[in-house]
Amino acid sequence: MTTMANRGKSQIRLGDFIFSKLATFAGASILVTLAAVAFFLFIQALPALSPDAELGAQAPDGPLAYVAPYVFGTLYGAVIALLIATPLAIGIALYISHYAPRRFAQTLGYIIDLLAAIPSVVYGLWGILVLAPFLNPTYLWLNQNLGWIPLFEGQVSATGRTMLTVGIVLAIMILPIMAAIIREVFLQTPKLHEEAALALGATRWEMIRMAVIPFGRPGIISAMMLGLGRALGETMAVAMVLSPASIISFALLTSQNSNTIAANIALDFPESGGDYRSLLIGTGLMLFVITMVVNMIARYIISRRAEFSGAN
Amino acid sequence: MAKMLKLSAVFATSALLLAGCAANEETVPTESTDQLTGTLDGSGASSMAAGQEAWVAAFQTANPGVTINYNPTGSGTGRDQFEQGLTFFTGSDSSFKDEELATPHPNCSPADGPVFEFPIWISPIAVVFNLEGITSLNMTADTIAQIFTGEITNWNDPAIAASNPGVSLPNLAITAVHRSDESGTTGNFTDWLAKAAPNSWVLNGENAGSIEAWPAEFGGEGGQGTSGVISAVEGGQGTIGYADASRAGNLGTVAVGVGDAFVPYSAEAAAAIVDVSPLKSGRPETTLAYDLARDTKESGVYPVVLISYLQGCMDYADDSKAALVKAYASFIVSPEGQRVAAEAAGSAPITDALRQKAQAIIDQIQ
Repeated sequence: MTTMANRGKSQIRLGDFIFSKLATFAGASILVTLAAVAFFLFIQALPALSPDAELGAQAPDGPLAYVAPYVFGTLYGAVIALLIATPLAIGIALYISHYAPRRFAQTLGYIIDLLAAIPSVVYGLWGILVLAPFLNPTYLWLNQNLGWIPLFEGQVSATGRTMLTVGIVLAIMILPIMAAIIREVFLQTPKLHEEAALALGATRWEMIRMAVIPFGRPGIISAMMLGLGRALGETMAVAMVLSPASIISFALLTSQNSNTIAANIALDFPESGGDYRSLLIGTGLMLFVITMVVNMIARYIISRRAEFSGAN
Repeated sequence: MAKMLKLSAVFATSALLLAGCAANEETVPTESTDQLTGTLDGSGASSMAAGQEAWVAAFQTANPGVTINYNPTGSGTGRDQFEQGLTFFTGSDSSFKDEELATPHPNCSPADGPVFEFPIWISPIAVVFNLEGITSLNMTADTIAQIFTGEITNWNDPAIAASNPGVSLPNLAITAVHRSDESGTTGNFTDWLAKAAPNSWVLNGENAGSIEAWPAEFGGEGGQGTSGVISAVEGGQGTIGYADASRAGNLGTVAVGVGDAFVPYSAEAAAAIVDVSPLKSGRPETTLAYDLARDTKESGVYPVVLISYLQGCMDYADDSKAALVKAYASFIVSPEGQRVAAEAAGSAPITDALRQKAQAIIDQIQ
């Protein structure tokens, strides 16, 4: 008996050892990869950052002036997408978790997850061939009737390939992941909280407002940040849909839109060379930093809000 | 015996007949008695990718032992790869820069030895537009320059009307569509504007020159790649853009002003520009780099063209590669090769005069 127990014990130890090493390795590989990417970006971008870099006609005013419109475009497009997607995602999640009949809710959940599997190039094609022409009459109407709002001013694009279209395409792209996360969090709401609210005489809407949403707030925020992360880095759909220019412009409906960093790299990299290529990689480093800052802010907000979530 | 003779006579005549048939068939000109074998890697301009595909397919059919890989990486990357010794030939939208001629190429013998380049791909760039009921318009280079710089903003502008008597132009805003990615098509289109319309193609008071990345000051709409421009022009009303002529489809096209006449794009008119253009000076004899006479007044010349070069070593370190390059280059410039590309991709076949010059260079490759 004792020998068998010993043998059993030593076997578990070996398995324990291997598994703990594998887990440590997996954890470390993420950090190493991240560090390697950052290192690669930095080394490759270095030539463009030196004062005597020959950036040619593309960036006559230096690297910072070059990247500014793209930083703006990246953030602007992502924020528009988030403004559109967040209420929709919360609505979808609430419908699935609290309103839809159970069986139908499951099917709907699968369908929304399926949306996440569509490649971005397909979203791009759809945006340029279907959505842009479809939205253009609306853009004309907005410009004619609400043109006094700076967002809708200017000469309306004849093709509909504007910042607003990009924002809508991006919103649809980030919707599935956001809806999925928020749905999962809403489903976690303690039944006791909900029942307590109902017992106090709350309607279903009041119950959701008092119990579900406060509990799910950190989940909503982390879903927003994940969605924002995807919108910031989205390349193909933006490159295909947007009519870009290297300017900073808040106008949503014109042909001249601030391009995003990722799309600009995709458009210019194949034919670039020398220090200009380094500069493009440098803008990639910039995107890396922006994404990291966004994620850190998200962590901070979640950690702060957790105390007030009502979940504890 | 007589029977034997008769039989052999029949064989002889049929053999002659067969030989006659074979001679009539189109053959690869440099097909030698030795069967060519091996692999040849090249890369470069994506503009000629369709042409390279057609050439590779036809050449490999004629030479079953040969594999040719052409990777459409873009001209800049293609020349870089050739410089790094990764490839043996390059297709490029622009000729070698002077400093590139001076850098050593590891696959050449010696590495700093001479290189060759000559045009193999001439592709007219069409100025296409989308106006209901109008399929063709005349425009001078100045008018086109002013449209793309944002000076002319409406289709009923007097400058357009002056060149098109009898055409009723709508009161409609012009949306000028340009390439949002860097491209040789933009480079060649703007090079033409810079030379043919120097007074209208201005940016901040100076001639804007040949540009690959569109300046924001000119405004207009951007589209990704040729297909992006075409779909933007098709998708809007009152749009105008520039694109490879083979992709113009059902869109209206512009006949551009050359001298006092207006020339619509055609393969012959596009190919003719090489013959009226001088070679760039101060370069080795084995490089046929043309300074295109975009401002030509010669009648029947269509000056809005994209010209791409084939580039490689005059003397390869590896002789088997030299044989392959020689055979492949000869096929490309041959009438058959140019016909194959024209059918597949709508390029303009090079003229006989250019073919002779190019073949003379190919014959010296070793």
